[in-house]
This record gives sequence, structure tokens and C-alpha cells, in this order.
Amino acid sequence: MSAILERTAAPDPQVKKNYLNADHTLASWLLTTDHKRIAVLYLIGVTVMFFLGSLAAAFVRFELTSPRGQILTHETYNKMFTAHGVIMIFFFLIPAVPAVLGNFLIPMMIGARDLAFPRLNLASWYVWTISAVIVLTGLIMGGVDTGWTFYTPLSSLYSNTQVSLVLVGLFLSGFSSIMTGVNFIATIHKMRAPGMTWFKLPLYVWSHYATSVIIILGTPVVAITLFLVVLERTFRIGIFSPELGGDPVLFQHLFWFYSHPAVYIMVLPAMGVISEVITCFSRRQIFGYRFVAMSSMAIAAIGFLVWGHHMYVSSQSVLQGLIFSLLSFLVAVPSAIKVFNWSLTMWRGSVQFSTPMIYALAFIGLFVIGGLTGLYLAAIDTDVHLTGTYFIVAHFHYVMVGGAILAFLGGIHFWWPKMFGKMYNEFWGRLSAMVIFLGFNFTFFPQFILGYLGMPRRYHVYYFAPEWQFYHVASSLGSTILGIGFLMPAFYLTASLLRKDNVAPANPWGAKGLEWENASSPPVTLNFESQPIVTENPYNYDPIEDTNKVRREAGLPEIPREDPDKEVHH
Amino acid sequence: MNIFKVLPVAPEQASERAFGYDLIFWTITILAVVFTILVFALVLALAVRYRRGSSADRRYPVYHSNGIEAVLTLVPLVLGLGIFAWSSADFVKFRQRPKESMEIFVIGKQWMWHLQHMNGIRENNELHIPVDTPITMTMISQDVIHAMYIPAFRVQYHVVPGRYTEMSFTATKPGRYKMLCAMHCGTQHSEMVGFVYVMSKSDYARWIEGGGNRYEPRAATMVAAGEQVWNRKACGNCHAGMDTVRGPTLNGIFNAQRRLTDGSTAKAAPDYLRESILLPWLRLTKGYETTMPAYKGQLTEEEVLQLIEYIKSNSNTSTSGSPQPYSAPGARTLPTPTHPENATNRANRYGSAGVTQSEEGAMNAR
Ligand code: HEC
Ligand SMILES: [Cu+2]
Ligand SMILES: [Cu+2]
Repeated sequence: MSAILERTAAPDPQVKKNYLNADHTLASWLLTTDHKRIAVLYLIGVTVMFFLGSLAAAFVRFELTSPRGQILTHETYNKMFTAHGVIMIFFFLIPAVPAVLGNFLIPMMIGARDLAFPRLNLASWYVWTISAVIVLTGLIMGGVDTGWTFYTPLSSLYSNTQVSLVLVGLFLSGFSSIMTGVNFIATIHKMRAPGMTWFKLPLYVWSHYATSVIIILGTPVVAITLFLVVLERTFRIGIFSPELGGDPVLFQHLFWFYSHPAVYIMVLPAMGVISEVITCFSRRQIFGYRFVAMSSMAIAAIGFLVWGHHMYVSSQSVLQGLIFSLLSFLVAVPSAIKVFNWSLTMWRGSVQFSTPMIYALAFIGLFVIGGLTGLYLAAIDTDVHLTGTYFIVAHFHYVMVGGAILAFLGGIHFWWPKMFGKMYNEFWGRLSAMVIFLGFNFTFFPQFILGYLGMPRRYHVYYFAPEWQFYHVASSLGSTILGIGFLMPAFYLTASLLRKDNVAPANPWGAKGLEWENASSPPVTLNFESQPIVTENPYNYDPIEDTNKVRREAGLPEIPREDPDKEVHH
Repeated sequence: MNIFKVLPVAPEQASERAFGYDLIFWTITILAVVFTILVFALVLALAVRYRRGSSADRRYPVYHSNGIEAVLTLVPLVLGLGIFAWSSADFVKFRQRPKESMEIFVIGKQWMWHLQHMNGIRENNELHIPVDTPITMTMISQDVIHAMYIPAFRVQYHVVPGRYTEMSFTATKPGRYKMLCAMHCGTQHSEMVGFVYVMSKSDYARWIEGGGNRYEPRAATMVAAGEQVWNRKACGNCHAGMDTVRGPTLNGIFNAQRRLTDGSTAKAAPDYLRESILLPWLRLTKGYETTMPAYKGQLTEEEVLQLIEYIKSNSNTSTSGSPQPYSAPGARTLPTPTHPENATNRANRYGSAGVTQSEEGAMNAR
């Protein structure tokens, strides 16, 4: 992708200094301003949160195997699904891709030595960690039973649980998001390497740019809203409770004004990962670069205008509902464009089925189902029967787990050698991707049927409808498989760090991009040994040479190159 | 036996709006399936054909094409707008109040539905309505937000504190349908559940005449009669499907050895049961105090006999067939007792209350 002014000699066989082994003290980690180290700190944090959130989900799935519940009381069950939602959304999905991969990659991809504000970056991690501790304290000591949506007046006046503490924690965690968002925007604007024009940016950077805009516009709104709930709870200031002169539906408007775009905070970075992975393992330029880049911006813009689709039956006017429905259909189009552009990227490429690619293909499959089932919910009439049911649950898990988490895992597998300088076991990697894909569908597909049949979400018992049990049991079985799938990477990735015989080369995938071509694995503390200069377009792969290399080794005839004399029209 | 009864894939259609709803639903489903297959096929075909090392021709790669992008934009857009228009038309109809309709007033509260008819008849967690008659619910909540949801009618609307909301529908098929709360409303959200009974117009008239839910059909058997007494006296508040702090379960106790507080045991024969009901404090079950009210003077001997028959009919093993009122495991910590008449019992009662024999036959045939 770039020419380097003076390429340093081939890497020293002796252990080179890199960002990981530059310093070993605890203080060197906890006080680091190196974006890569902060990314690693975040990686540890979100992984812990992910498994805590999964544990809560395991309880929920176990309870639902029987129409009368299994071991939990109603109260505890409600706390479980709330814990699951709060942990997964605010402490895994929102920070996962941006704070881990984004932190690590954005400076490297644009040829910078760090983010624009390294200390702000470290501060964001501290704020995140403190807020995680506060929220976990609330969730474990007492718990919260309102669901992660905190609808008023249940959350403000009626719940006797640790709502205030948790909301204060979430309020704080918003600052961490905002700090990251501001940092990314400044970095992308100001710190691109010479020659790195806007339309030479990797699509991953574009998607983070769009995400950061959403973060800094949306997060303050939800933070204030949650804070208002705390005020109403503690000082009985009437904002959302009719008893105090407030309006309960106002809360929903404010909440979804952020929380719908938040879906894109979780999914856009994931889409960025997919663009990188698909191009690398198809050895091809992305299909329709500008359309993919601009669709991210379109999603960010229209995404702010559709929040009312969560409220079709919550007493907003018919006209309001119709407008929100129309806009929701519009926001689906850029996502459709992306899916087809990714697929077409394989066209005349040279496709390799490495672990990250399998994750990316699984992402496309699940994201398509997640997106298409969104049609039922964007369409205002079909939503009437499905809203508040398991159909919603299934739909957003397809988008969030199938989309965001698969892409996150795909990205982790793709950049793992870069981050830690170690190769993981490819067999286990591919297997985990397939187990997760299967387990995921097994878990969440039955929930579409449950929702259509009328099973409301957040129900602990359903003894009045025993015919639902089959689907719940199927879903719970599937979730066991899914859980195994998620545990596998935890083991083989950790194992890859401990082994000594699996040192990764600087560019194991033969990928394009400054982080692969101009930096060692793992990179040195300031990323590059010399300032990269960009001359090529991104994704400047050569599928014909890639395939011919394999064919030569196998003794097969080479496939032809373009005939330079022939005029081509397309 | 109909497999769709055991493993349904679609809810019943029991309102005017249900068929039109399902038409859109399944149209979107067909579109979604077609698109899913299209994308999966495209991805697989490309991935296989252009796998690394294959001999497929890779000359003249296309990196961008405004034509293709235009198709990718326009096809989803046009299909989407089509669905939007269709579904919006139905929604507008759904939100319109029929010119003439029967009014039902709904009050949602944690965790129960109160419903009131124009003529003053009140019901809790159940609603009796005539078939083919437009109904308009005027709804409000006493505490938090609830959602009135009747899946078989494909209708749902929020029940909000501080303001009235409205929802209209017309039931088209006699029968019993779930009436659920679909908005998380706190601890017993999943028990804010009831049933709508759609009755033929003549049955409905009879039901009104009988005073609404005060009307109790004559029980066909001793067990059924016992169940009625059980419900009326709300024994199920303390005696659930399992031992709770409020009382031991009575499932399967008939003729079993009971351990008492004084260390002795007693066989739960009819005499023991009669005594336990009329003068429960004489012999206390181990682990419990004198919290059960003495029913002496409150129950006739006939009713006690019926109760004993009912207790006898509840075995330990069966759960689904057991008419024992359900109390969730959560009951241990619940501050307020659940509604004495639970859904299961009401379900059983309906068999003789609202639907005529022939209609019931018709329902089973489906
Ligand atoms: C306020 C709670 C409460 C109500 C209402 C109640 N019971 Fe009880 N019942 C208890 C408790 C506590 C015990 C155990 C202590 C005892 O033996 O009195 C018990 C014991 C019994 C026993 C003896 C069970 C054994 O373990 O040997 C029978 C039979 C019984 N109840 C029947 C009834 C019937 C029939 C009704 C309704 C007419 C009823 N109860 C209503 C609380 C209640
Ligand atoms: Cu949304
Ligand atoms: Cu409710």
C-alpha cells in the first residue's frame, strides 16, 4: 500500500524490542499512553465483561427450559436479564471493537505514532474501568430489575433495586466513549501520513470516523437522560413520572435517540473489520469503495432519525409512526449496499478460507438475516404484534451477536499476530467460527418463531403456554453450543501466547495496509521505524499473482493476465 | 394429531385484522427468504469459484460499477417502500376507532389487568366479549407502563400512566385467547397474564344475564366442584405446586405420612384432611405455624368432601395436568399474594362457562 522512505533491514532474529516487551513493570502498563497497550488493557477488560454477561445469559436460558422456571425467583431472574443486557451492551458491544481494535489500529492504519490525545486515551480506560466496577457493584450487591432499557416510571419510582448506582456508573461510562470518539476524530483528521488522502483511508478507518460522530452526538443525550432518572429517583423531581408531573414517554424518546444510533456504534466498526478481512482474503480491491465508505456516513446520518421505530405502540401519533417507519426503511438501504459489495469483492478474487475469513463470511450470513428481519419491525403494522416479544430479541441478537461479536472475533483473529506476534492454531480457529455460527442459529432462530407466536420478552414463566417450551429448550441447547464456541478462542488464543514455536512474521496474511507492510509484529512502541508515505490506493492486491503462486507450486498451468492491448469496457 | 397444535409456527387468527396481518408477515418472509438464499448463494458461488488456486479466469476485475450499485440501491428501496406503504395502510386502519364499538375500560397495575364493561361488570385478568363486535379498549395504568397484547388478534398497545390510550379490534372466532402484558413492569411481569373469552352473541347475552364473572357454572363432578371451592376460598394462595413459606403443597399428600410439629406422624386420610381444613391448628405440619385460617363454620360438609376429592385428584407427578394453582418459585419473596384465581383454573372453568359444546368441537377440530 505504501512505499517507505528507507526500509530497515530484515527483522533481527534476536528478540526485538516491541511495544509489549519494551517495559515489564506494572506501572508501565497502568500508566502507559501507548494506544496499543491501552488496547490490550481494554481487551482484557471487555473479555472479562463478556464472560460475566454470558454467565447471566446462561442463567436466563436455563430458567426458560421449563415453563415454570427452574431455580431462580422472579426477582432474581429479572436481575439476571438486566445484568446480561447492561454488561453486554455498555461494557462489551459498545467498547469492544472501537476501544480494542480501533485503539490499536487507527493510528497504525493511517501511519501515525499514536492517537491525537494519548493521555485522554488512558483516561478513557480509567473512566471505563471505574464505571465498570461501579456498575458491577450495583449488579452484584442488590442488582437491578428494570431491564437494560430502564423505562420510567418503573426505573424512577417503582423499582427497589440498585438503579441509581448502576445509572451513575453508566453515566460515567458514557464519558469514556466520548473521550474515545473525540480522540478518533481528531486523529483521523490531523494525523494521517503524507499521501493518505481521505479516499485512500482503509474502510475500517471510515467506519470508525462515522461511529465517532455518532458517539459524540448521541452519548451526551443518553448520559443526561439516565442522570435525570437518578434525579427523579433521589430528589423526586418530576421529569418522567406522571405522579410528579412528568412524562414517561419522554424518557423513551430520549433513550432511543441515543440507543438506536448505538446499534450503529456497535455495528459500524464491525462492518469496518469485515471490509478489511474480506479484501485481504479475497486478495482484491473492495467492490465499490466509495459506496461502502459513504454508506457508513449515510447510516450515521439517517440512523439519528429513526428512533421512533421503538415506540410505534407507545402512544406516539399515527403520523409520527409513519414517518419513523419510512425513515427506518431508508436506513436499511446502505446496509444492503454493503452486504452486496462485500460479496462482490470475492468476484474475480483469490479466496482463502482462513479463520478470519470464515468469521467474516459467517458475519455476512447472520447480518443478512438480522437485517432482513428488521423489515418486519420497520414496517409499522407488523411491528405491532412483534414488538416486545422474542422476535425482537432474536432480531437484535442476529445483528449484535451475529454482526458485532462475529466481526469482533474475526478482527481479533485477523490482527492477533500483529497485536501479540503469535500465530494461533488455525484448525481450532476455523472450528470455533463454525461452531459459533451453528450454535448461534440454533439458539436464536427458534426465538423468531416464539416471538411470532406471542411470547413476550422478559417473561420468567410461561406455564399458560406450554407449547412454547419446545422452542425454548431448543434455544437453550443451542446456547450451550454457542457457549462452547465462545470458550474455544479463549483457550487457543491464550495458548498461542504461551507457546514459543509460533512466532508470527510481520505480515502472515500477505495483507495490504500500513500496519502490516510497514510495521513489525508486534509493532515497536512508536509503531513505525520510519514515517510511512502513502502512494497506493488501499487494498491494492493482485489476485492473479496470488492464485498463480499456488498453481505454480502445484505444477498447474498459470491463469492468464489481462491483455494490455485489448480495450476493456465495464 | 395435528403437529401444528403441538409445535405451532403461527399464532391463531382470531380477529378481523389477523388475516391481513399475516398476509404482510408472510410476504415479508418470502422476500426475506429469497434474499437470504440469494446472498448465501452469491457468497458460496463466488467463494468456491474464486477460491485460491482455482483456474477461474480473473482478468478484467470490476472494482466499481455505478450500474450495479444503482440496482443494489433501487431494488431494496423499491421493495422496502412497497412494504412500507402496504403496512402503513393497515396500521392506519388499526389505529382508527370504529364508528360504533363496545367500550371496555382497562386498568393496568402491577401485576394485574382490571377490566370493566359498560354495564358495570368487572373482571380481573379475564375479559369476556362477543364475537364479531367491534371493541374499543380505553386504557390507563395505575403505576408503571404495561402493554396490552393479544397475540391471536395481532394487537398490542401500551398502557401508560397519566394518559389514556386506545385500542380497537373485532374478534372473529369464539374461543379462549391469551391476554398478556408485553412491557416489562417489574417482579411479576410474566404473571400479568389473563385470557380473553370470545363468545357467541347468545352466550355472551347469557353471561351478562348471569352477572358476568359472578356466574359459576354448575360443576359436572365432585373434583370440579372441589376446584371451585378451592378457588373461591383462595386456598392456592398458600398451597402451591411446591412447599413454600406460606404453606405445604397438597399435591400427592393423599394417604401419605405427614410429619407433624410434635414429632409424630399422621396419615393424610380423609379424616385427617377434614380436620386439617376445619381445625388446622390441632395438628400442625412440621415446619409451619398456625397461619392457616380455621374453616370451621365457613365450609359446608359437602364442600369439605368436594375439597378432599379435589386434593385427592392432584398427584405429585403430573405438572401440566395438575389443576393446582401455580405459584412461582418467586413466591417465597413476594410481598403480595398472587391473584387467587390463576390462569390455569380459569382455563378449566371456561369449558363449561362460555363455549357451547358444538363450538368446542369446532375448536378442537382445527
Ligand atoms: C393463610 C395460608 C393458608 C390458607 C389460605 C390455607 N391454608 Fe391450608 N395450610 C396452611 C399452613 C401454613 C399449613 C401447615 C400448618 C398446618 O398444618 O396447619 C396448612 C395445612 C393444610 C393441610 C394439611 C396439610 C399437611 O401438610 O398435612 C390441608 C389439608 C390444608 N391446609 C388444606 C387447605 C384448604 C382446603 C384450604 C382452603 C379452604 C387451605 N388449606 C387454606 C396455610 C393455609
Ligand atoms: Cu432502533
Ligand atoms: Cu405489566
